[in-house]
Amino acid sequence: MTVKQISVFVENKPGMLAELANALNENKINMRALSLAETKDFGIIRLILDDPFNAVRVLKDCGYVCSITKVLAIAISNQPGSLGKVMQILGDNQINVEYTYAFTAGVKDKACMILRVGDNEKAIEALTKNGVKPLCQDDLDELYR
Amino acid sequence: MENYYQPEVECASREQIRKWQDERLAKQVKHVYDNVPYYRAKMEEKGIVPEDIKSVDDLHKLPFLTKEDLREAYPYGLLAVPLSDCVRIQSTSGTTGRRVVAFYTQHDLDLWDDCCARAIMAAGGTKDDVVHVCYGYGLFTGGPGLNGGSHKVGSLTLPMSSGNTDRQIQFMCDLGSTILCCTPSYAAYLAETICERGLRDKIKLKAGIFGAEAWSEEMRRDVEEKLGIRAYDIYGLTEISGPGVSFECSAQGGMHINEDHFIAEIIDPATGEVLPDGEKGELVFTSITKEAFPLLRYRTRDICVLNREKCSCGRTHVRMSKPMGRSDDMLIVKGVNVFPSQIETVLLNKGYPANYQIIVSREKNSDKLEVQVEMTPEMFSDSIREIEVRERELIEALKSMLGIYAVVKLVAPKTIARSEGKAKRVIDNRNLY
Repeated sequence: MTVKQISVFVENKPGMLAELANALNENKINMRALSLAETKDFGIIRLILDDPFNAVRVLKDCGYVCSITKVLAIAISNQPGSLGKVMQILGDNQINVEYTYAFTAGVKDKACMILRVGDNEKAIEALTKNGVKPLCQDDLDELYR
Repeated sequence: MENYYQPEVECASREQIRKWQDERLAKQVKHVYDNVPYYRAKMEEKGIVPEDIKSVDDLHKLPFLTKEDLREAYPYGLLAVPLSDCVRIQSTSGTTGRRVVAFYTQHDLDLWDDCCARAIMAAGGTKDDVVHVCYGYGLFTGGPGLNGGSHKVGSLTLPMSSGNTDRQIQFMCDLGSTILCCTPSYAAYLAETICERGLRDKIKLKAGIFGAEAWSEEMRRDVEEKLGIRAYDIYGLTEISGPGVSFECSAQGGMHINEDHFIAEIIDPATGEVLPDGEKGELVFTSITKEAFPLLRYRTRDICVLNREKCSCGRTHVRMSKPMGRSDDMLIVKGVNVFPSQIETVLLNKGYPANYQIIVSREKNSDKLEVQVEMTPEMFSDSIREIEVRERELIEALKSMLGIYAVVKLVAPKTIARSEGKAKRVIDNRNLY
C-alpha cells in the first residue's frame, strides 16, 4: 500500500529542471506530481510518474543519479479539515513525517497527499485502523482513468 | 638607521660567510654521514664519502633529498641525534597524506629563533615593540617561530594564534600592538575590517611580517596603505626550520637568506643541474648548523631567483625573490601546504569516486578551497539530511587531513571534465605568481 516516488539529484543552477523535464517529455513520460527540496548547491526532485520503472531507465540513460522511494499516497476530500484528520492519526501514533506534498488528481473533489514517513508499515497500520486507506500504485492510476 | 639583530653576522664580509659555510658544511656532512644511515646509503650509492666535501664548491656532489625521502624515512629516519637530545617537534603536511615531522634540539630552536629575531629587527623591531603573532601555533611553525624571535628581540609578545578577528582587533587596539605577524591574506582581511570599523586611528601598528603564502606587490601596497605600516615578506619551511630561513629588509627587494645557517642553490628542476646566479630555478637548501634534523640539499620545489647584488640595507647575505611557482603540484592555501593527493586519499577512503576537482579562489583576500565531487548512486539518498551528514563527514575528514576547512560541493555525474590523459584536477583562480 505504497506508491513509487522517483528522487533525482540535480545541481542548483539554471536550466537543470528544463533539462529533466525535456528528458521525460522526449520519452513520453507524464508527471503527476513534483516536489523540489533544495540546498545551496543541489536539490532533490521528487516525482510521481505514470511509468516509474521506465522513467528510472530513461533517467539513468540520461546520466542522472536517481532512486526509487516507497512513499504513502492518501486521497482526501478537497475541503477544509481533511488533512488535519490524517495528520492527527499519524501524530497520535508518534509517526514522524519527513516531507509531504500534494496534488489534485483527475477525480473531482479529491486531493492526493504524498507522505514520506519514518516507518511505512506502522503508518499504514495506524491509518487503516482509523479508516484511512493509503493508495497503492494501481489506485493512483485509477484516479486518472 | 638600519636595525640589526646580529650585525656582525648579517653584515659579515662575503669571505667570512664563505669561510663559515665551508667549515660548517664539511662538519655537517660528516655528522649526517655518521648518524643518518638513510642519507649515508644515498652517499654510498653515489660513491661519496664525507672527505669529498671540503667546501661549498663540492656541494653539488651530494645527493638531493625530497619530500618523498621524508615520507619514506618517516618518522625517525632522518634524525641525526638521539631522540633524548630533542626538545621539540613541528610538523607540516606531506605528499600522500603522511605528515612531515621535524625535530629540534635546544640549539636548533635557538638558531631558528635567532633567524626570526633578525627578521623582526629588519622590520624595525626593538624591545619596546608589541609583537602581535596571529600565525597559528601548535604543529605549524608560523606561531612558534615568530614567538621565539620576538622573545629574542625582547619585544612584548602577544601569542594570539589565528582566528577570532574581533579579539585580534580588540587586543591590537587595547594593547597597542606595533608589529603584526600573520599570513598576507589574513593581514589584508584585518586591514579591511579595521578600516570598515573606522578603527584606523585606534591602532599603533608600524610594521607587518607576512609570509607562508604567495602575495603580490599590489597586495603589499594595499595593506601598507590601509594599516599605515610597512609590510615585509618572510620565507621558510618546516623541513629547514620554519619561518625565518629568509626575510626582507628595509629595501623590500627580495629576502636575505640566513647563509650562516643555510646554503642556497638554484637548480634546474628537470635535470638537477646547478644553475648560475640570476637564473630562475628550483631552490635547494642545505642546513649547515642544525643538529637534530639537518637536511642536505633539500629540494623545496619553490621556483625563484637568487640575487647577490649588494643590498642598500648593509646586509651581505644573498637575497631570494618571492617564490614564482612550484615544480610540483603542491598548493598553499591559507598558508597551509595542500597536495591534491591528500584530497584524493580522503575521497577514496570515504568511498567517493576518484573523479574530483579542486578549485582554489581568493574572496575578500581570504583563500577558499572547494572540492567538487560527482554524485554517485551509492552516495545518493532521497533524504537531504542523509546526504548532508555524508557531506559533513567528508568535510571533517578533509579537515583532519589538511588542517584547513574545505567546502565540499556535490555536482551532477559526468560534469567534471575528463580530459584525455591527465585530468585537470586543480583550478587555481588566485593568479598568485
